Amino acid sequence: MSRLLDWQLATVTAIQPETPRAKTFVLSLPQFTPHRAGQHYDLRLTAPDGYQAERSYSIASPPEQTGEIELTVELIDEGEVSGYLFDGVAVGDQLELRGPIGGYFVWPAGPPESPLLLVAGGSGVVPLMAMLRHRQRAGLRNPAALLFSVRTPEEVIYQQELEALAAADPNFKLRITYTRQAPPGWAGYHRRLDAGMLAEAVALLPGPPQCYVCGPTGLVESAATLLQAQGLPDVAIRTERFGPTGG
Amino acid sequence: MPFVNKGFHAKRPTEGGHKLPPGQYETQDFPVLTAGPTPRIPPVNWEFRLEGLVEQPAKWSWNEFNALPMQSFNPDIHCVTKWSKFDTKWRGVSLDTLLEHVQLKAEAQFVMAFSYGGYTTNLPLADLRDGQAFIGLEYDGKPLAAEHGGPARLVVPHLYFWKSAKWVQGLRFMAENEPGFWEDNGYSMRGDPWKEERYRSDDEDASTSSFRL
Repeated sequence: MSRLLDWQLATVTAIQPETPRAKTFVLSLPQFTPHRAGQHYDLRLTAPDGYQAERSYSIASPPEQTGEIELTVELIDEGEVSGYLFDGVAVGDQLELRGPIGGYFVWPAGPPESPLLLVAGGSGVVPLMAMLRHRQRAGLRNPAALLFSVRTPEEVIYQQELEALAAADPNFKLRITYTRQAPPGWAGYHRRLDAGMLAEAVALLPGPPQCYVCGPTGLVESAATLLQAQGLPDVAIRTERFGPTGG
Repeated sequence: MPFVNKGFHAKRPTEGGHKLPPGQYETQDFPVLTAGPTPRIPPVNWEFRLEGLVEQPAKWSWNEFNALPMQSFNPDIHCVTKWSKFDTKWRGVSLDTLLEHVQLKAEAQFVMAFSYGGYTTNLPLADLRDGQAFIGLEYDGKPLAAEHGGPARLVVPHLYFWKSAKWVQGLRFMAENEPGFWEDNGYSMRGDPWKEERYRSDDEDASTSSFRL
């Protein structure tokens, strides 16, 4: 497959608030290329004086959703691009995009029937959601689990959809851990990711999983190290850093 | 007329007279990007090799490598994920120093840097000479942390930072250019941030080469 990765002008067709600090932008593309779940697009803003800023945003939608993509964007403090997207962009506006990009942090990368373990921190759930949506839309029923670390209940992006998916699909297990404040009456995890939690996540699955870890650096580093300690080979652990770096 | 996003403007002027390559923004942070778990290499097991198209391969243990002449470097670095960081502070061994220890064969034109953990990245040999590249052992006055590529990292600051292979184990000299890990996944064969060579289709010869994304 050979193609040029050109900028194109997408049109914003819907904006969906996910949490107080995350919004999903639905973007209609003149040239839609089916992506692999986990890939990203680059977004470029151009000021009237010619100044340009670019950021990479993971695709949240599955490749089965053709003609458009969904990007879920987290508002970053002082964020030049996320700040503009939150306050300056409305339905009907156009945005410059190019993609899809990235060939490693994608699922499936091996046999799609293998067990799948997803570990997310905060907005790192976005590319993992694309994997879960693709798994569902493609009718894949491989055993899958998502271990999702958030600070507070209001930060759970895609909460309703994830809970509905877990209720409807016995092969998909959802585990949320609240690191600061848990909801009232919460009986689940209420601490940072640790060895016990990762061991329990691996044990939810019938065999050694292919792992995808995405979130802030500290979480990614510790989860990847803990998964190694579970005896999983390095090649079975794919990581992507995600979250504020000033953008 | 080129496309403009109405109401968009630069939020922060770049400080200290530094220039940002196109599409980049400044960060004070030092983000960590890796494709997999961070390898931990005990110094006793560490070695560094120059191999491939050389008359005689060269090899250093950790102690031998640390006995080589060191220099300070203060480059600006640019990551393909859009962040740039100014005036980073390193100590390490210049590639010019290392290249004095081998006699390259005439056909050596390209280099594959290879790392503990299996990472690879390809570079033209010319990008490693004349003070342009070094093996970094210290960052900000401390031994380079494992998540930033320690104990030793190739640093080629004038190219996007994925060319600066973390956990570097050696360099293999080659006659032909071959894609490394990210290059095989659609990223540029050269990665010049000033030409914004992020992806394979940004390369000058992209129209004549086939590539996958």
